[in-house]
Amino acid sequence: MESSYIFGLAGGVLIGLSSLIGLIVTKKIPGISGVFGRLLISDTEDRSWRVVFLVGLIAGAGLLIFLSDAVAVYRIPEGRGLLLYAIAGLIVGFGTRYGGGCTSGHGVCGTGMGARDSMLATGVFMIAGFVTVYLFRILGGSV
Amino acid sequence: MKKGALVFLSGLLFGAGLALSGMTDPKRVTDFLDLAGDWDPTLAFVMAGALLVFGMGYFFLKQKLGLPGNPEEPVSRSLIVGSILFGVGWGLGGFCPGPAIANLGAIRMEALVFVPTMALGMVIAQWLQRSRKEG
Repeated sequence: MESSYIFGLAGGVLIGLSSLIGLIVTKKIPGISGVFGRLLISDTEDRSWRVVFLVGLIAGAGLLIFLSDAVAVYRIPEGRGLLLYAIAGLIVGFGTRYGGGCTSGHGVCGTGMGARDSMLATGVFMIAGFVTVYLFRILGGSV
Repeated sequence: MKKGALVFLSGLLFGAGLALSGMTDPKRVTDFLDLAGDWDPTLAFVMAGALLVFGMGYFFLKQKLGLPGNPEEPVSRSLIVGSILFGVGWGLGGFCPGPAIANLGAIRMEALVFVPTMALGMVIAQWLQRSRKEG
């Protein structure tokens, strides 16, 4: 087995553990798009834990990236420029909040809690991702 | 331990998990989504590990700790439309919200561009949903 699969599984275990602790402590589903997105609504009252969680997330990733060259691998896929990242950010932001969750909220938490709508959402965004990468491949071009 | 410390620990574990699993590398993500290319299944291992721990933990602790119940809602058009759009944006850049935010600490230019426009997209979606509910 490739070592990346083992690191993937181990990282996934940490993400699952994190989500479980987050759910237990906050009693809210700790999907990243919701944790972040609700900070952008003026009448959200439980701001402090959201900020603390996100600071922890940035610190946890930053620490490992700083400590390990293997973890620090960062490659931009072919043909993707900064303008594309600006557009992709807009679409991801809109889609995750409009659809009520992202890879963590629907993919890990909702699915892990047995919510069929989250399983459906996960299937839908995965398929949309497969199709998008395929179209990008055959249509080519740089954005 | 105080609630704030546990939330910080939860955030640390999430960020460490994303980095360790290789999910902060956009090409590893798009290689998973690239079925016609040199397919990389790592992301499936990440999801499997996360679902196993979270799902089992939730199953065994739900009653004991009084955790929120199954959050299932009826399937709405916005769930489908939003998830399609999310998948498109995910495939374009190889970033979903977690990894994009996780890359901010390492001052990665794509993340510095992506996260603000993501915030804008979120504001627009939340405004639309609110006006629809109120209207």
